[in-house]
Amino acid sequence: MSSQLQPEMHAAVQPKTKKSLNRMKRSDWFWAYLMIAPTLIGLGVFYLWPIVQTIYLSFTKWGGFGKYKWAGLHNYELLFKDPYLWIALKNTLIYTVVAVPVGIAISIFIAVLLNQKIKGITIYRTLYFLPVVTMAAAVAMVWRWLYNADYGLINYLLGLVGIEGPRWISDPAIALYAVIIVAVWSSIGYNMVIFLAGLQGIPRSYYEAAEIDGAGPIRMFFKITLPLLTPSIFFVSITSLIGAFQVFDLIYLMLGSKMGNPATEQTQTMAYLFFTNGFESGNGGYAAAVAVVLLVMILIVTAIQMKLQKKWVHYD
Amino acid sequence: MKKLVSIAMAALLVAVAGCSGGGQSSAPAGTTGSAASGEKVTLTYALWDKNQMPAIEEMAKKFNEKNPNVDIKIELTPNKQYWTKMEAAATGGTLPDIFWINGPRIIKYAANDMLLPITDQIKADGIDLNNYPKALVDLYTYDGQNYALPKDFDTIGLWYNKKLLDDAKVPYPDETWDWNKLKEVAKQLTDEKKGVWGIAAPPYGQDGFYNTIYQNGGYIISEDKKTSGYDKPETIEGLKFWTDLINEKASPTAAQLSETEATQLFESGKIAMMYNGSWMASAFNKNEYTKDKVDVTYLPKGKENTSVIHGLGNVIAANTKHPKEAWEFVKFLGSKEGAEILAKSGAAIPAFNGTQDTWMQSMPNFNLKIFIDQAAVAKPYPISKDTAKWAKLETELMTKAWAGQMSVEDASKELAQKMNEMLSQE
Repeated sequence: MSSQLQPEMHAAVQPKTKKSLNRMKRSDWFWAYLMIAPTLIGLGVFYLWPIVQTIYLSFTKWGGFGKYKWAGLHNYELLFKDPYLWIALKNTLIYTVVAVPVGIAISIFIAVLLNQKIKGITIYRTLYFLPVVTMAAAVAMVWRWLYNADYGLINYLLGLVGIEGPRWISDPAIALYAVIIVAVWSSIGYNMVIFLAGLQGIPRSYYEAAEIDGAGPIRMFFKITLPLLTPSIFFVSITSLIGAFQVFDLIYLMLGSKMGNPATEQTQTMAYLFFTNGFESGNGGYAAAVAVVLLVMILIVTAIQMKLQKKWVHYD
Repeated sequence: MKKLVSIAMAALLVAVAGCSGGGQSSAPAGTTGSAASGEKVTLTYALWDKNQMPAIEEMAKKFNEKNPNVDIKIELTPNKQYWTKMEAAATGGTLPDIFWINGPRIIKYAANDMLLPITDQIKADGIDLNNYPKALVDLYTYDGQNYALPKDFDTIGLWYNKKLLDDAKVPYPDETWDWNKLKEVAKQLTDEKKGVWGIAAPPYGQDGFYNTIYQNGGYIISEDKKTSGYDKPETIEGLKFWTDLINEKASPTAAQLSETEATQLFESGKIAMMYNGSWMASAFNKNEYTKDKVDVTYLPKGKENTSVIHGLGNVIAANTKHPKEAWEFVKFLGSKEGAEILAKSGAAIPAFNGTQDTWMQSMPNFNLKIFIDQAAVAKPYPISKDTAKWAKLETELMTKAWAGQMSVEDASKELAQKMNEMLSQE
């Protein structure tokens, strides 16, 4: 009987455990989704849905006050004929290509300096982080005054050593770079904190071993610090690249749009073009088309970065 | 694990309860808001000029004394962001109950049913529209309906720094001056070493080239609002008046003026003369430097004795929850009593006829009569249904011309061509 029963029991038990395992799994899934639901819903409502909406709106023509009708590819036809699009693309690319690497290089340099045991280290770290917590509007206002070609501090100091300073924010050839300087300055603090965290994750023993083998500080930096910092560099380069593609506030606030600044037109970026069309001319459909082009650009560049990361990012 | 889950659940429940609690507590507030008059009502009133804030606050207080159930919440937005904000608010259906409007926007807002027509209310309450300058009443009438009671008006004068003129031993400008005289004196007053210029020539319309275009017999937009006047030689000559002043170094360059505004330079004694509006009077009167060092006179004469006039109106949002209370407030703002408060503050010339003298007397150190006199000969501010569209282009192209990136002729003709395209689509 027992021999008869056993297989039966076995057979009965087996599916039962499977079932309960499934049930456990299912309830785990349920809980997992419930836990991430707030984020998921937020992502859907505030990111995914607006993206879908924007793509839809880019095919519409706007009348006054958000009334629109289907217009097919009309906006895109106009957009690719718009000389401002090419100016904006060029400026966005220059801005990205200059601001991102320079910002990262300076941030790494400062992070390494601030990763040592010197007196008052927290004070230095706070000082470098201050621009990050300052409002962009305040930063822009202060820099506008510093840059003022006739009465600003920078040109005054240059004048003391006999250099006639440029018209930083009203010369079309220079204005973009003036903005880049401010952007780099205000991004150092945030990047630095990420790099500091990365630096502190590098085991001391590597440096000790290198020292025994007779490596100097510069060699140690390039052979140990830099390779082991690549995950942080990768993260910072992706976030700052996306930020650079979307640069708007500094340009808008520093170069102004309604004050008759001769540099504004030649210094506009994609996000600036989006803003003037969408919010100043009330041309929402056209602005949406600009946003879609920008989105595609960011997607492509980020995809390339993700692919390339295998070649240079070391995770251990 | 189980413990963790139950803690998380509890937290979630609390959060959900918190949310629904919040929703419930706000519901009664909503019902009182839409209640009939007699109960407490709060109206939002949006505007952009902080110089007028004290007068507006006083008007709101007076109105509140008479109508204790109506509170006025004033919302100040700087001019630069005001219309961006209103456009978004209008699109989202959240316009303030009452707000300032200007000429360039009125047709757009009225034609898109954003504003409450007040023709019936005006008739019912026996308001006499002859109390306001006709140009302003017409400005705010669209398709036979009145949309605003005129609030104030502004005209342009030639402001000058008495001290700088005295130092250079130059007699003050007066009604005998013409364009050539102004150019000549402006050059004479310029002292590059000291960083002082005779005049400021920024690429501005209302307080700049609109006046010289009109004075030269040109126009910006035809009366039927179908064609641009920017390809007319008279118009182009009116623009060149300004670029000549820059080229002859009698004014800072366009780049300089974009970094430091002309008014700022004038207020610090770097500019001897400038075209500016009557709206600057109260600011100059409060400024320690300009208070007794500057004065104002008629614009130098061109071919025609004219200039540009513009005025603001108070309008009611079409979807306001309290149309009755909002109308009462607009009526008060447009009344003689309201106009007198504005006049005494000096912040703007009230539109209500007969109260302008009070405004003049509020700042006896300036020759403000010229602004009232100009109202009689001035031409209306150029507008069309979608003024903002071509006005943006106007700023862009004129900035290029002023900066010398383009000749004035090319910029003006390009503007005319593009403006005509835009106007044909309106």
